[in-house]
Amino acid sequence: MTVRLTTAAAAFALLLGGNWALAADKPTDPQIAHIAYTAGVIDVEAAKLAIATSKNKTVVEFAESMVRDHESVNKQALDLVKKLNVTPEDNDTSKALSQAAESKRSELAKLTGADFDKAYVENEAAYHKQVNGALETLLIPSAQNAELKSLLETGLKLFQGHQQHAEHVATELR
Amino acid sequence: MNAAANPLRPAFLALLLGTATIVVPAQAETIEVTIDRLVYAPAEIEAKVGDEIEWINKDALVHTATMKGGTEVLVPAKKSGRLLMREPGSFDYICRYHPNMEGHITVRP
Ligand SMILES: [Cu+2]
Repeated sequence: MTVRLTTAAAAFALLLGGNWALAADKPTDPQIAHIAYTAGVIDVEAAKLAIATSKNKTVVEFAESMVRDHESVNKQALDLVKKLNVTPEDNDTSKALSQAAESKRSELAKLTGADFDKAYVENEAAYHKQVNGALETLLIPSAQNAELKSLLETGLKLFQGHQQHAEHVATELR
Repeated sequence: MNAAANPLRPAFLALLLGTATIVVPAQAETIEVTIDRLVYAPAEIEAKVGDEIEWINKDALVHTATMKGGTEVLVPAKKSGRLLMREPGSFDYICRYHPNMEGHITVRP
């Protein structure tokens, strides 16, 4: 638990903190698009692991709703960047997020049964909470394009909903 | 085929129907709630027993209207879902997938 939170926290510390890029202190729209898209992909991958691993109906249903929602929003994000003629740009934050997620997935992959369910759902609550923090304090305020900003705002409402949903499922598992 | 009597008939009919609407209780209505960007609008609605609520989902996301106590309407992405209000009362509802979506229905007898 501590290790998992630490890796994710490190990635977001990079996102929120002084380590941000070299010159620019704020991410550009192409970077923001890439970070938001990456955050969605990470959650879809975690959910797919849960669907393959968990035998708990509530956990599987939760994971299926994560796949459904994040794939839908990422499709909207791709449509938007195409329309705006913006190419999402890989960056240190996206890389750090992906790395943290990868080590978390391999950790989760070692677990089974109720241990897996609990670890997955608790991580989902923590992960969405951290993405919400990044959206609120950095990504939304930094976004220049109005349509991108609006999509991020919808994304924030969605991630907040997912956080509550995850917290609710976590309570049920306890 | 009595041509002479025909012109009078619509007038009688109108009179009859007009009187009838006074006696028959008001027609059940459909009350629309739009779901846009994870928000029910309007969030607060009033209905009468026999009315139907229709949730119209503009999002590319699946939502629900889940009442405390169990009744649930699934509102698929870009589609709508309906619920007939059978009893009076005051009902809070949320989306089961996004519990930060909240609405309320007051149903009068
Ligand atoms: Cu919803």
